[in-house]
Amino acid sequence: MTEGAPLLELRGVSKVFGAVRALDGVNFTVPAGRVTALAGDNGAGKSVLIKTVAGLWEPAEGEILWEGTPIHFHSPNDAEARGITTIYQDLALCDNLDIVQNMFLGHETMRRGLLDESSMELAARRTLDDLHVTTVRSIRQPVQSLSGGQRQSVAVAKAVMQSAKLVIMDEPTAALGVAQTQMVLELIKRLSSQGTAVILISHNLNDVFEVADIIAVLYLGRMVASGPAEQFDREVVVDYMTSGASTRAAAG
Amino acid sequence: MTDTIDDPVASGGSADGQPADAAGTPSSAIAPDELVVLAPDVLAGSLGDYLRAWWKRIRGGESGALPIIIGLIVICIFFEVQSSAFLSATNIVNLFVQATFIILLGMAELYALLLSEIDLSVGFVGAVGAAIAMALMGSPQNWPWWAALIVGMAACAVIGALQGTIITRLRIPSFVVTLAGLLGWQGVLIYVFDVDKGAVGGVITVSNSVIDDLVSGTMTPAAGWILLLVVVGLYALTSILRTARRRAQGLSVPPLGITLLTVGATGIAGVVLVYVCNLNRGIVTSPVRGVPWVIPVVVLILVAQSFLLARTRLGRYIYAIGASPEAARRAGIKVARIRTVAFALCSFTAGLAAVVYASRLGSISVGFDGGTYVLYAVAAAVIGGASLFGGYGKPIHPLLGGLVIATLTNGLALLNISTAGTDIATAVVLIVAVAVDSTLRRRGRTGGAG
Repeated sequence: MTEGAPLLELRGVSKVFGAVRALDGVNFTVPAGRVTALAGDNGAGKSVLIKTVAGLWEPAEGEILWEGTPIHFHSPNDAEARGITTIYQDLALCDNLDIVQNMFLGHETMRRGLLDESSMELAARRTLDDLHVTTVRSIRQPVQSLSGGQRQSVAVAKAVMQSAKLVIMDEPTAALGVAQTQMVLELIKRLSSQGTAVILISHNLNDVFEVADIIAVLYLGRMVASGPAEQFDREVVVDYMTSGASTRAAAG
Repeated sequence: MTDTIDDPVASGGSADGQPADAAGTPSSAIAPDELVVLAPDVLAGSLGDYLRAWWKRIRGGESGALPIIIGLIVICIFFEVQSSAFLSATNIVNLFVQATFIILLGMAELYALLLSEIDLSVGFVGAVGAAIAMALMGSPQNWPWWAALIVGMAACAVIGALQGTIITRLRIPSFVVTLAGLLGWQGVLIYVFDVDKGAVGGVITVSNSVIDDLVSGTMTPAAGWILLLVVVGLYALTSILRTARRRAQGLSVPPLGITLLTVGATGIAGVVLVYVCNLNRGIVTSPVRGVPWVIPVVVLILVAQSFLLARTRLGRYIYAIGASPEAARRAGIKVARIRTVAFALCSFTAGLAAVVYASRLGSISVGFDGGTYVLYAVAAAVIGGASLFGGYGKPIHPLLGGLVIATLTNGLALLNISTAGTDIATAVVLIVAVAVDSTLRRRGRTGGAG
């Protein structure tokens, strides 16, 4: 790791689908241990950007630096191996398995060739406690019995469990009610306070302003604004999202 | 299964007894009552709690095995009222023995059902393996029984792996591949009879005494009791020690009362089983008593399958893939490989089932009706409570479902009802069982939100 380099840096990344430039020379920096909100209207290129970071697609141009070193992801597994976990809206949980089983899915602890349920349960509980996920009655209840916010928590805890350095969350609050949204936002803050970087993709500016340290706005495949959250206010972000420019403030 | 919890905020009204929330995080929006309904075994603190939650769960639709057990008892009472021969020791033991084949075939099918797949070929694939085994241990080959059995069962596993490979690598639906198997392996079965010089008139006789005794041989009554004592004792010891150890580590455990209740119920069922089997079911001059060997063999296979599904990585992944192949894939699970292995296990278990079949009839013939048996196997698993849509089901489900089917067949035969009547009755029971289950579930879902 190069000293002082950001956790993740995209330099001039472009991605072309046929005639459409979905990403056009995007520069994007994600520091460690902070929450970076990625805002943008539908079709702005948010999904393309995160899928590129998550290793689903390779950029046509530009380079991706991870901890200061140029890197090429050929598959999502490459990205996961480096510590980048993406939590999509479907959460990728198995309804019939309990919380512990879901958190360890694909990474089970074994003892004498058999599943070591005891140590997995203890480790899962420790992780959930660290994240202050205290609302589940038992970590042995099936995920099917959890609320939307609790499911998000399990998905996040799963990422933490697998020692993710960067967690990308795609619209984590889109389907949630008020209380549940609050719960997920608290979780995001907790995650970054523990040193895990978060990229939050959201339409919801309330969420963005509540948790983001850094805000980046995409407009038609271009990064039109990015900087510390204090430099923005709601109107400015809306301007950038809808027109790609803002005359209102002195933001970057 | 989709979400059973609806809008979480809407259900926040019943906040009494809400779990303690440390750290000021917003409280769980699911009413605690609902949580207990969904998972009483892990959430209840005491035996009383557990039973209350359990009752609520049954009323709420997460019925588990209870309706099927009640159904079985009702059917038994009905037949006993109709024919006093039904509950005789002879008939009950006969019924168990009849059930073993469908139970084992159902356990085979369970591997496919858990994956949200289906294997229509289990009947004929099993028969091919059993026919190979019987041919090898018969004249003129005269192999030792165990060697013949290994080859026969290995053939089944290879067939299963082949079908699994076609399904996963060529991405052809399992329905189609195993439908082709249903036809093709029947052809292979006929071919085995053609090739085997020991086959007479399309029949291979079970010549080996070990295989023959599997069903017709019995343990001595004393051996039956000793085996029961050892099995139940080991079960009690391991489950109580395990619970104690987990409690000491601060892990979530069901209340001690539940462990004792489960062990007790298992013990009582075992005692009744051994007692009935040990009653004389021969005639005075030539008494027949004792547990048929096939019963402990089926129990052994049940335990092995339960162990595999619950305690190994393979089992965990089978459940995961059945619920969400996409989640499994993203978790780094080699989905195609696991599915292929599951199909191999399915065919292997089918081979064991067909060996039991051959042992019961004393032979295996070219007229083996694998097409019908596979439907019974699926019915057994589904009647017992396994889901056709993947992810839900345990080996106990085909066991219960197989018992229901065998009871119907047996009871209706006692009443001199024709095969036609038996088929129709089985069909009705299948529909009723699934309808009751899904109605209860649906009611549970809509009722659960309030």
